[in-house]
This record gives sequence, C-alpha cells and structure tokens, in this order.
Amino acid sequence: MSIAEQPTNETDNPLKIVEDATCTFCGCVCDDINLTVEGNQITKAQNACVLGKAWFFNHHIEERPEALIDGQPATYEQAIDRAAQILLESQYAITYGLSDTTCEAQRVAVAITDWIGGCLDTTTSVCHGPSGMAFQGVGEVTCSLGEIKNRADYVIYWGGNPAESHPRHFTKYSLMPKGEFVPNGRKDRTAVLIDVRKTKTAKAVDIHLQLKPRSDFELAWALRALAKGLELDDSVEEKTGIPLEQLKEVMEGMKKAKFGAILFGMGVTMTRGKHLNSEAVLALARDMNKHTRWVAKPMRGHGNVTGADNVVSWSTGYPFGIHLGRGYPRFNPGEFTSSDVLGRGEADAALIIASDPYSNFSQPARDHLKAINTIVLDPKLSETAKIAKVAFTTSTYGINEPGTVYRMDDIPIPLRPAFDSPYRSDFDILKAIEGKIRKHQLAAVNAG
Amino acid sequence: MRSPNTAYATIDTTSMTDIFILIPGRTSKQGTTLNEGKYTEGYQTEINTLKMNPDDMERLDIAEGEEVRMWNDHGSVVVPCCTGKNELPPGLLFISYGDKSSQLMPGETHGTGMPDSKGLDVQIEKIAT
Repeated sequence: MSIAEQPTNETDNPLKIVEDATCTFCGCVCDDINLTVEGNQITKAQNACVLGKAWFFNHHIEERPEALIDGQPATYEQAIDRAAQILLESQYAITYGLSDTTCEAQRVAVAITDWIGGCLDTTTSVCHGPSGMAFQGVGEVTCSLGEIKNRADYVIYWGGNPAESHPRHFTKYSLMPKGEFVPNGRKDRTAVLIDVRKTKTAKAVDIHLQLKPRSDFELAWALRALAKGLELDDSVEEKTGIPLEQLKEVMEGMKKAKFGAILFGMGVTMTRGKHLNSEAVLALARDMNKHTRWVAKPMRGHGNVTGADNVVSWSTGYPFGIHLGRGYPRFNPGEFTSSDVLGRGEADAALIIASDPYSNFSQPARDHLKAINTIVLDPKLSETAKIAKVAFTTSTYGINEPGTVYRMDDIPIPLRPAFDSPYRSDFDILKAIEGKIRKHQLAAVNAG
Repeated sequence: MRSPNTAYATIDTTSMTDIFILIPGRTSKQGTTLNEGKYTEGYQTEINTLKMNPDDMERLDIAEGEEVRMWNDHGSVVVPCCTGKNELPPGLLFISYGDKSSQLMPGETHGTGMPDSKGLDVQIEKIAT
C-alpha cells in the first residue's frame, strides 16, 4: 500500500494515487483498488466493479450544513448537545443501522446504548438476521473466501444474484479465479444457481434450479434426504418445481466434489420460513461433510455489516436485537429488533447511524419513527435524515476516514482514505455524544 | 390455476383479479444510482418500476411503461410496468427494493425481526386511462 502525491501544474489540486484502497460498497470489501484522486474528487478507480466505481466517484464533498436541528442549520456542538439530551431523556431508545460505518464507530454506538440502557440493533436484523438465529440453532460450517478461491470445485449460489449485487465475487473468489487446488479456474468448477428468477447469475452457472417461490426450505430438506440416501417420491417436484431426477444428479455432483460451497443470499432469509430456511441450508452443508468437505456462507450486502455483527457480538454476546436496559444483554429477535420495536410503537427515541429505515421499513414502523425524536448520522441526505430531530452530515468511511471493516467472511480489513472531508466522522460525533452523556450521568451520581 | 411448474398466479375469487407473487430485490442499476443519490431520476426510476412476465402483460393488456396499481393487505402503490423478458415466469413480479416495495411489506416479523420482504402476495390492475 502506498499513498503518493504527484505535483501537477495546478498546485491547488494535487494528484494523489492511493494503492490498495478498500471499497466498502458491498460485503466483498475489495482491498485492491487503485484510486486516482484529484483534490476532492476520485477520478479513477482501477480494479473496481461497476458498483465500486459508482461508490468512489459519487462521494465527493457536498455543500450541506454540518448539522440540522428541527430542519434548521446548526453547529456540531449544538447538535451534539441536543442529541445527548434526547438520549438521556429517553425511556426506551433504540440504536439502529451501523452497517456502513467503521468498527471503531460501532464500538462507541454500543457503548452509548449501554450507558442509556437502550435497544441495540443493526441492519443485520432485516438482512441475514435469520441466518444469525440459524447459526445458534445448527451451527455454521464455515471458511474464508480464500479457501473457496483455492479449493472449491462445486459452488451453489442460493437465493442471490451476485452477478448484480457482488460483481467481483465471481472473479475474485468463487467462480473464475485459478486456485491452488483448482488450477484451471472456471473449468475446474461446477456452478449451480438456485433461484426463482432467471437472473444474470443464471448465465454464469452450469445448472439453474428455478424453484417455485417460497419452497427453499422444502428443496433444502429434499437435498438433505438425498444426501442421507433416503428415497423420495415425485411430490418433491410438485412442491419445489424441480424434477426429482435433476435433484439426484445435483446431489451426485455434490457428493463427488472435493470442496463444495453454498453461498446463500436474502432470497433464503427474507422469504417465508426465514431462519428455518437458513437452518435447512446450513444443515445441508453440515450433512454433506459425511461425504466430502462442504461449507455454507451468507452473502453479506453492506460494506461493514459483518463488522457490525462482530463488534456487537464481542461486546454483548449477541449479534443484533439486544436490550441493554436491565444492565445485562438480552437477545430476542421479534422483541428487541427495530422493525418490531418501532412497529409496535414502543421506542421513544432513535439513534440511526448510516442507515435509512424511513425508506426501508414497514409502514407502521415508519409512522412511529416519524413520531419520535430521531438522531441521524449520514453522509448523504436521506428520507430518515429529513424526518430527524437532529441530523448530522458526516464524512464517508473508507473515502474520507480510516478505520477497520470486516469482509463477509469475517476477515478484518483496514481502510485507506482518499481525501479529507470538512465533515466529522461517525466515530468523532458518537464519541462526543457519549462524552456528554457520561458527563451528565457522572454529575448526577456525584450530586447524590 | 395454471401449470404448477411455470405459473404462480392464482385468482382472488372476490375481486376476480390475479394474485401475483412479488419479489423485491437488488439490481446493479439500483446500486450504481444509489451512489449518485436517492433523489436522482435514475434511482427513482429504478425503484419505482415493476417488472412483469411479457405474457402476463399481454393478457392484462398492459403496454410497456403503462401504470398499474399494485396492492395487498398492507398498502397500495402505483408504478409503471415493463417487461421482465425471460427473467420472470408467469405470475412472478420483480421490483427493486425501495419505498414502493416497503409500502407493501407487513409489519409482523413472526418473532424474527425480519418482515416478509420477498414473496409477497399482491394484486394488480391496470390504471384506466
């Protein structure tokens, strides 16, 4: 890695090259991007995919107030005071988001929620939260993406469309690259897609099992039965839409593989069945280890959603949906997850970091979020920022700020920023809010 | 009801309209335009456009780009409709994640924290011109 500044004719706009910069748009967290930076603008992003280029080219400095209180421009200091006051006065605050910020900022958000005894949740709860529940139920036979690159000769993409959502996953890790035990790359791999749609990923694989909607669980269970050598009748086809003979052929291929990987997306977790679907897929991978080596990995979306899982887990023991109001963590998806807490009208304040739930949550949850005091930290204007009591404009992690993020296979990766921002980072703002909260709480203790 | 292998639309006997299955999801264009800004025309067009099987469009007399009303027990939205070509089997609909798809999502998470966000039952009717 190196950062070198090269003089140009325009001394006010020096050219800078940042080698091995890290893209934080998706969970691949590609850390081999070579950026050309001219002043406050990234003009080239070598090695980046179409999504990565859009990420790097569109996070320039915007002319916005550093903070808003009730929609009116305010200073950071005024906004930090107001945010701390809201959180101190709340009876049941919820902290949410965290998947697009650094692990360092995530740690401070956990600490704030602990100090005020609130609910702690991340975008994982509406992403692979059901998989997090399934890990607790059946475990996870896992590996790094490096192992998949070097070993996997049979790959199943299930309920995802990486051709569009994670474009470099194919070329860096799972489909195309030549590895130690797959020296011919794509030629050494069999690739299967299990999806209700004939997506762009279908064109990249050898076999597409176009199952019926809402039959992921049944398909995984049928494959588990075949893995155990049990006989199935034709009702499998009626339920899943996949002929039994085709399933048997796939299972034969799976058994003959030296190293197989199931990479599953939100088609599994967001569909009826949710954590049971994830459990079925994870159990299938586990069962296959009686024949040969198999793993299952969730395809993670946001740049540091895996970091959020890690930070929240090592801080509280649980990955999401946690209540800290009793002085110890309690984990209960459905009770302490944001969609539910807001949908039931329970929270009286919200601290939203790098997320836009007012665009993405169900209408009952959105209605309640609009009715309570909400604090938002976001580099860009969002619907949630528009309805916030206090909205901070922040710098962008990875482009303006250093720090740590986790790739989707739980590998920590450092960020190498491209240029400075006049706006403060999530970490700095959260740290200042935490300082105000602690100062007030300690003063109250000392006052007796 | 059509052949179970290729079609998923059923008939609501009360209103005599088709019940489709809606799959909200991510697209490459949604990802790139998201970075350009949520208030750009590109992003708004992407998250507000419904994709449908061409045979379903012909059967319901919906022309390319024509607006339809899509609703279920949780909400109702009006969106332009375009052909999903061979990506979608009959009875299946696709829309990029966003405000419109969220309006059709239930609040109930069945103890998981995750609302049913894919595979939503919806009904469709062409907007009368």
